[in-house]
Amino acid sequence: MPDRTKTYDVLVAGGGNAALCAAITARQAGASVLLVESAPKAFRGGNSRHTRNLRAMHDQPNEVLTDAYKEDEYWDDLLRVTGGNTNEALARMTIRASSGVFGWMKQSGVRFQPSLTGTLNLGRTNAFFLGGGKALVNAYYLTAERLGVEILYDTEVVNMNMEDGFIRSVDITYKGFPETVRAKCVVASSGGFQANLEWMREYWGDAVDNFVIRGTPYNRGRVLKNLLSQGVATIGDPTQFHAVALDARAPKFDGGITTRLDSVPYSVVVNRNGDRFYDEGEDVWPKRYAIWGRLIAQQPGQIAYSICDSKAFPLFMPSVFPAFKADTLEELAVKMKLDPAKVRETVNSFNKAVKPGQVFDNLKLDGNATQGLTPNKTNWARAVDRGPFYGYPLRPGITFTYLSVKVNEKAQVLMDNDQPAGNLFASGEIMSGNILGKGYLAGFGMTIGTVFGRIAGQEAARRARN
Amino acid sequence: MQETDAIAAARREMEICNACRYCEGFCAVFPAVELRREFSAGDLSYLANLCHGCRGCYYACQYSPPHEWGINVPKALAEVRAESYAEYAWPKPLASMFNRNGTVVSLVTALGIALVLFLTMTLNSPGNFFGAHGTAADSFYDVIPLWAMQIVGILTFGFSLVALAMGVRNFWRDAGPKDSIGPVSIAIALWDVLTLKNLGGGGNGCNDNSEAFSMRRRYLHHAMFYGFLLCFAATTTGFIYHSFLGWPAPYAFISAPVLLGTVGGVLMLVGTIGLTAMKFVDDPMPNVRRLLGGDVALLMLLSMIALTGLFLLAVRATGAMGMAMAIHLGFILAFFVTIPYSKMVHGVYRSAALLRRAIERNMKPLGGE
Repeated sequence: MPDRTKTYDVLVAGGGNAALCAAITARQAGASVLLVESAPKAFRGGNSRHTRNLRAMHDQPNEVLTDAYKEDEYWDDLLRVTGGNTNEALARMTIRASSGVFGWMKQSGVRFQPSLTGTLNLGRTNAFFLGGGKALVNAYYLTAERLGVEILYDTEVVNMNMEDGFIRSVDITYKGFPETVRAKCVVASSGGFQANLEWMREYWGDAVDNFVIRGTPYNRGRVLKNLLSQGVATIGDPTQFHAVALDARAPKFDGGITTRLDSVPYSVVVNRNGDRFYDEGEDVWPKRYAIWGRLIAQQPGQIAYSICDSKAFPLFMPSVFPAFKADTLEELAVKMKLDPAKVRETVNSFNKAVKPGQVFDNLKLDGNATQGLTPNKTNWARAVDRGPFYGYPLRPGITFTYLSVKVNEKAQVLMDNDQPAGNLFASGEIMSGNILGKGYLAGFGMTIGTVFGRIAGQEAARRARN
Repeated sequence: MQETDAIAAARREMEICNACRYCEGFCAVFPAVELRREFSAGDLSYLANLCHGCRGCYYACQYSPPHEWGINVPKALAEVRAESYAEYAWPKPLASMFNRNGTVVSLVTALGIALVLFLTMTLNSPGNFFGAHGTAADSFYDVIPLWAMQIVGILTFGFSLVALAMGVRNFWRDAGPKDSIGPVSIAIALWDVLTLKNLGGGGNGCNDNSEAFSMRRRYLHHAMFYGFLLCFAATTTGFIYHSFLGWPAPYAFISAPVLLGTVGGVLMLVGTIGLTAMKFVDDPMPNVRRLLGGDVALLMLLSMIALTGLFLLAVRATGAMGMAMAIHLGFILAFFVTIPYSKMVHGVYRSAALLRRAIERNMKPLGGE
């Protein structure tokens, strides 16, 4: 039960990494903290429960990261994926702060592991949580409870009562019952809105029915929408989201990492009509997996089919669903409800266009390309000819939305007039669009959540005590 | 292994784990999973016996219940493990001992005590059985002759060792061909067995009843295991004293056999009682309830061996010695007989699984970069 008689120093809306970092930091700074998580306890943690690592700058190797990953390289990577859709001051601040979070994370119970496999070569840049994001979330909740953060599950913030950029009270539903709680400061860490299909439908129409939401069904953007209606400044394209190629048989929500498919670079990918539509071998998969969700979203029926032969099959991580398998391409096409003659024709012309040449090397851009196709495959092109053949249906899997509330370097939320709101802070996906307006860097969402969560917690506690 | 529902369920879970791989830092199971893309029944038996049941993966899993996939690896593998014990049992007809194993072990124990008591009381004069013996040399053997102890002990324990060896052979064959066993692999496996490295969630301990990690279970198991070894060392020392040095039992309190046995007995008591207590406070979700009986029966049997051994030491100069010794030996007899048909087998199968893991340690994971 929320305490109606009490004015909390800090109310944190959300229950993922960014919310927990804010709550723990504020509590450590002496504030009384109420954390409001819309999910039930079993599904707490937002999208953080599906994450695995955090991208961290470091000038020399440490316990969990190899080599060095310096500020300028990190910034270059970010600039490349966002195409400049970022805020350099906030981004550089986040990058620099990322090198100093380990001590606090470990004190807060987070455990790291040396990176092993299946991780898209991230051992240098990314620190891996032992057991993944849910283990991290579990550790933070234990720490928050131990420190005396009050936690309400099944509790959603429905309205922030804002006057002149100052939040007077917060309306919540606690296990379905309406309540009002008071807090001196509020931290909004409640994620994006990708699980709100009706909101998504406003921009994408019925294609939404063919989208898979990779993460939690609880990121419905209720807080975000509420703030937008009260004069809070926004940043980021509301129609855009980060999407990857997923196995089409994935559950609508919460399928997480296991439905991802890494087969594309070693496959021929066709749409519903049996036509190829993009260069499967444009670049190494870690640099391309994030564009394939969008590419598939633009195909008829938002579906595509990855087809490979037995030479290619062992080269990628298995998906959770068994591949369709057949001795001939025609049988495979029939199993996947594609036109067998058309698939045969597409693969035949692909096979004929493969230039004989270089040694196949799946670890680098090997230059094995096709010639005369539209589009060509520019690396790892090999004839698809050795049965049995394997196929996977692919759909766009939405990770998060880019639309965000605008913040400054103190994690204060800005109003439409660019003045900071009196007592409102934000961290995590709800503000990540300030820094990551486009594209994605693996583990960067957790970095933003951790860095801004810590700042928001600190600043909110400071303000509440003054 | 036969294709059963438990095998099919474990296969489904391992395929999901293989597409996730977040838990690879916890223990030996997940790196072994990553070497495979398909899981034969024998593979699953190997993985099941590799699992120490620390439950780290259950709490870390984004797909654990109530997620629609309901992934519960410790439970799925415990089911397979239980089936594997029956599958590999030798001789085959005795596999049914693993059904209702708690009852079986308890019954054998009761019978063992009753038999030893009955025989000693019948074959002895009451004066011998109930009389105070002091600590005169050979006083134990006045109650039960040494030759009787030795013959029964060697026969039952020897048979059990043979049965265990046959079981391990069945396990090893079932899990498929392997490279030859090198000394490095043996050393690694031995280290893993002796330290229980894999009962540690990546070095942090187990998750007993919550997301919090604890070393409790590992330390209690160490107390039990090393206590057991000390008791075994006590018996062996006694045997050497008697047979080779001509020093008959009982021995003084500060003698090696008594000191080893006392320290070992206390450690065993601490370990077995602690582990039993944990069975009742553990989160039941990642456990298989029907296996609880067999687990607790063995823990109780071991604790009773330790307790009666210590009791025998305490009363060995009094008239209670005869009775105490008969009961102590009754428990030991039951233990010897049930070794290959109780939870005790987990020790040999898990050690064999760790050896396989050590042999394949340099293989590269499939898929991924």
